[in-house]
Amino acid sequence: MQRNYAEDFPILKNSTSNGKRLVYLDNAATTQKPASVINAIRDYYESSNANPHRGAYPLSERATELYEGARQRVADFLNAAGPDEILFTKGTTEALNFVASSFAMDIVNEGDEILISIAEHHSNLIPWQMVAKAKGASLKYLYTDAKGELTEEELDAKISPRTKIIAVAHVSNVLGIVNPIEKIVGRARQVGAAVVLDIAQSLPHMKVDLQALDVDFAAFSGHKLYAPMGIGVLYGKRQHLSKMRPMLYGGGMVEDVSQQEAVFLEAPYTFEGGTQNVEGAVGLHAAIDYLMGIGYDEIKGIEDELSLYVVEGLLNNPHVILYGNSHPHNRTGILSFNIEGVHPHDVSTILAADGVAIRSGHHCAHPLMRHLGVNATCRASLSFYNTKEDIDIFIESISKVRRWLRLESK
Amino acid sequence: MNLNEIYTEIIAEHSTSSRNRHPLEEASIKLEGKNPSCGDEIVLELLIKEERIEDAAFTGSGCAISQASTSMMIDLIKGKTVMEARQLAELFSAMIHKRVSDESQLAPLEEAAALQNISNLPARVKCAVMPWRTLEAATEKQPLE
Repeated sequence: MQRNYAEDFPILKNSTSNGKRLVYLDNAATTQKPASVINAIRDYYESSNANPHRGAYPLSERATELYEGARQRVADFLNAAGPDEILFTKGTTEALNFVASSFAMDIVNEGDEILISIAEHHSNLIPWQMVAKAKGASLKYLYTDAKGELTEEELDAKISPRTKIIAVAHVSNVLGIVNPIEKIVGRARQVGAAVVLDIAQSLPHMKVDLQALDVDFAAFSGHKLYAPMGIGVLYGKRQHLSKMRPMLYGGGMVEDVSQQEAVFLEAPYTFEGGTQNVEGAVGLHAAIDYLMGIGYDEIKGIEDELSLYVVEGLLNNPHVILYGNSHPHNRTGILSFNIEGVHPHDVSTILAADGVAIRSGHHCAHPLMRHLGVNATCRASLSFYNTKEDIDIFIESISKVRRWLRLESK
Repeated sequence: MNLNEIYTEIIAEHSTSSRNRHPLEEASIKLEGKNPSCGDEIVLELLIKEERIEDAAFTGSGCAISQASTSMMIDLIKGKTVMEARQLAELFSAMIHKRVSDESQLAPLEEAAALQNISNLPARVKCAVMPWRTLEAATEKQPLE
C-alpha cells in the first residue's frame, strides 16, 4: 500500500475548511510545509539563532554553519559547480529582477533582442520589459502552439544573432508543460545568447541538473518547494557572477570600507547585503532533505497517477474545457480549465464550500491568457501528498457548479 | 459559508438576464469598469437628462456576482436622480463593507440587498462593488458631446 504523505503535513491533518477536510489543490501557488521543515525552523530559533558571519562566538558560528550548509545543500541538489554559484534571495521574483538589473542591463544594447515565451509568469516578463525599454532593445516572444508547446520551428524563427538573452520557464505555471530547454540552450549557444531559466514550477516535481542543462542563470522559490516563504535561490555561472554589480550595498557584503571607498566581498557574499534569512535557508535545507528522502521517482510516480486520474475526471464532464496538452504525463500536475458558462471565481467560491482550494484568475500571466483567448481560468495543481480521495471530492464539487448558477436543473 | 446564501435564485437570475445587458445608443455617459485581477469587465452607459437617470444599460462579462450586481444596480437607479443614485452607491458600499447591516436601513437597495452576504467573502467583495464604483465615477464625468 502506497504511503500517504499527507500524514507528514500538520495542516493537511488538522485543518478544516468550511467545516470540511481541507482538499488543497493550489500547490503551484504555494505548497504546505512538512513537520520536518517546521521543526527545523523551531530548532534553529531554540538552539542556533545568532547573526551569521558576524560574531566570533559559538552561537554565531553555528548560525553561519547552518546558513552555509544550506547553500552547499542547494548547490549539490541542483548540481551547481559550487556553493559560490548559489545566492539566497527572497524568491524567484527577486532573483529574476536581480539578473535583469545587474546582468542584462550591462550586456543588452540598443537593437538587441530579449526573447521570452508568451507563457511566462509576470516575474519573468516585466523585468525584461523594463530592460528592453531602458536599453532600446526589443522584447520578442516565443508563442506556444495549440497544445501549449514551443515548437522547434518557433525556436528557429525567433532565436537570431541579435538575441542576447532568452528567459523561459522550465515548466509553465498555467499549462504545466515542460519546455524544451536543451533545444533552447543549444540554439542560444550558437548565437551567443545567455539563458535564464525559471525553475520555480519544475523543481518541486523533477530533477533539475543545472550543469547538464548548461543554463546561465536559474531561479526558484522555496515556498513552492515545501520550504518557507521569503527564501529563494538564484543560481548563476561563476563567469557571470564575478562581473556583476551588487544590488544592495551595506553590511555583510564588504571586505573593507573607508570614508570614500569600499572593497566588496566576492560572490555569493557580495550579493547578500544585510542580515540574511537564515531561518528560511534552514527550512529550505530541511525541505530538500525531506524531498530527497522520498525521491523524485516516487514523487513523479504518485503525481503522474493523480494527473491521469484528475484529467479523466475532468474530461468526463462535458462542460469542462481543459487548456494545454491533453496528455496527462506532460502536465506536471497543473490543470488549467474552465467550466462552460461560469466565471472561474464563481467556480473557486463554490469549490471552497466543499473544502476544496484551487486558484482562479490569470495566474500572473496576462499575456498568456490573451494568447489563449480567455479572461481567466481555474487551476488545480497537485502534489504527491494529494490522494485519489482529494480528486474525487474535487471532481464531485466541479459537477455541482453549474447547478448552483441555475445553468442546469437541480 | 453557505452557498445558498450566496448563489441565490435572484442572483442567478440577474447574472444571466439580458434585460439590462445591451448597448444604449442615446447614452450621455459611458464608462468602463474593471477588476483587472479577475477579468470582470463592464461598460456602463447612462442617459442623464436634467440630473435624472432616464435610462441605463451595460455590456461586458465577468463572474456571476459582478454581473448580477450590475444588473440589480441598473434596475434600481433607472428613474432616480444622480444624487439619489450616488447615495444608493454609498449605501451599497456600506453594506458590503459591513458598516450598515440593519435590514430597514438597507431597504432602499431593494433587490441589491440580496448581495449582503458577499460581505462575508472578502475575496469576492470587489466583484460586487465594481459596478457601483463605476457608477460613482460615471456620474462625476462630464457628459458626452
